[in-house]
Amino acid sequence: MSIQTAEAVRAPSRLGEFWHYFSQNKGAVGGLIVITLITLASIFAELVAPHAPEAQFRDHILMPPAWLEGGSWTYPLGTDDIGRDILSRLIHGARLSLFIGLLVVTLSLAVGLALGLVAGFRGGMVEAAIMRVMDILLALPSLLLAIVVAAILGPGLINAAVAVSVTIVPHYARLTRAAVIAEKGRDYVTASKLAGAGPLRLMFLVILPNCLAPLIVQATLGFSTAILDAAALGFLGLGAQPPTPEWGTMLSSSLQFLVRAWWVVTFPGLAILVTVLAFNLLGDGLRDALDPKLKR
Amino acid sequence: MLRFVLTRLALLVPTFIGVTFLAFMLIRLVPGDPIEIRLGERGIPPERLAELRAEMGLDRPILVQYADYLGGVLTGDLGRSVITQAPVLTEFMELFPATIELSLCAMLFAVAVGLPAGIIAAVRRGTVADHSVMGLSLTGYSMPIFWWGLLLIMLFSVTLGLTPVSGRLDVVYYVEPVTGFMLIDTLLSDEEGAFLDALHHLLLPAVVLGTIPLAVVARMTRSAMLEVLGEDYIRTARAKGLGGWRVIVLHALRNALIPVVTVIGLQVGTLLGGAILTETIFAWPGIGKWLVESINRRDYPALQGGVLLVATVVMLVNLVVDLLYGILNPRIRHAR
Repeated sequence: MSIQTAEAVRAPSRLGEFWHYFSQNKGAVGGLIVITLITLASIFAELVAPHAPEAQFRDHILMPPAWLEGGSWTYPLGTDDIGRDILSRLIHGARLSLFIGLLVVTLSLAVGLALGLVAGFRGGMVEAAIMRVMDILLALPSLLLAIVVAAILGPGLINAAVAVSVTIVPHYARLTRAAVIAEKGRDYVTASKLAGAGPLRLMFLVILPNCLAPLIVQATLGFSTAILDAAALGFLGLGAQPPTPEWGTMLSSSLQFLVRAWWVVTFPGLAILVTVLAFNLLGDGLRDALDPKLKR
Repeated sequence: MLRFVLTRLALLVPTFIGVTFLAFMLIRLVPGDPIEIRLGERGIPPERLAELRAEMGLDRPILVQYADYLGGVLTGDLGRSVITQAPVLTEFMELFPATIELSLCAMLFAVAVGLPAGIIAAVRRGTVADHSVMGLSLTGYSMPIFWWGLLLIMLFSVTLGLTPVSGRLDVVYYVEPVTGFMLIDTLLSDEEGAFLDALHHLLLPAVVLGTIPLAVVARMTRSAMLEVLGEDYIRTARAKGLGGWRVIVLHALRNALIPVVTVIGLQVGTLLGGAILTETIFAWPGIGKWLVESINRRDYPALQGGVLLVATVVMLVNLVVDLLYGILNPRIRHAR
């Protein structure tokens, strides 16, 4: 009996506290559920998708979705101009979009974090040089910068991811630098320094863990930027190339059927919107849950 | 104040030089030899190639070439388009009014809808109205606008036949370009109905381009209003017996507008980036479409010049926003 009481009074764990605040935000939980579903669907795409993404059913070209006249549940969301099942392509496309998101966030986070840490920690000329370069990258609209980088690297899925990463790096670098400068003067950092911690240890093990909250939020939002911009590049013909079932690429290659077959254009865009929205909801929820200033 | 302005201006110089270097390097990093790109022929004999290189100054050290380029930029020489042979600056200036017109109308739409929506959301915090505004604005913020444009075309142009699909003006009208702004030019001309037609053409692209700024403005207005509404002076005003909307509009909104105006200014980059997609979808003859075409035609000098000019516009607008913010908010001005 007494043990139970002691447990009930104990302060909630950090994770428990986080979940408490996070789960109050219905939108964020919804976003998390959608992302989980999309992730599962893309991992098990071969099992979930009714057909192979490249399989062409030449007898069923531009078939409407199942619930419309002339549709069939064999192709739930209809088929495209060469008879490929749209649902299957969307599911396989989810894999690409999540992969792009993961690649972009990893790349840009790694580079941005390193630059921001060095800039904030070293200060002086190093900081000035790094931050000026970031300013230059920020002076261009992100899509234009991504287009330029994609033009230099040539079209392709990976190149599009690299191009989008370049546009996101400055945001992480600025955020990390600001957080590092705020933490640098704190007593615990001085204490570690006096205890003999080297610069690398100070940067990565002492300061970094205390700057993580805003970075986690920004990384989540980075997923939505990455998916959106990579799709835009695909749409402009500078991203993944047909017949890759990337959502933006699917959209651009079906443009000519806009009038005849609305479903060919509608569903890929809807997939982009739902995924990006889910990541934005999750990011907003994480910000509220992780930012102590907003907690009551 | 002067000191503040000069500091901000001085900070801009290294960034501008950096952007020129980026633009300069761009044309050297793209695949393909600049001469082959320029002449459009392959397999030139090596002697002729060396000759051409010397002629174009490509055999000099890269820094000398850069200094040369920078000198050209500062005197307004941004090179010539490979395709049309026209100076890049001239092409840009011809197309830029179309983009400004589209962007201004998009921003007007965003503010006209976003500001009231944000105010209502803040005043009716926690109600259905608030949740709807927030939900819709996050959806708008997540919108792939190239798809959004296509959806609106399908609905309003194809199905309902209400708006034209592309361009700025119907071919039956001839309007002398005076300002480059179609709405003004059609008013100046004596073509009957041309103004309404131009407005019709502008409607859908402006809504599409304005969607993301609309979401940003609505969210920003809501959070700024919420902050202000919690202040003591609002309570004082209410305690004095002032009516609800009078307090909201005259007392609260005035102060909440400072961050909102800043955010509106900072949307310029978003607008110019979004213009690339919007103009491509609606065949709007502005710089966004021109940039995409330059890439597809491998017209790298045009791309190079366009990148530099767009970046310069964004930097200048951001500077103006910065200065305005300093004027509106003395705390920023005096912070060293």
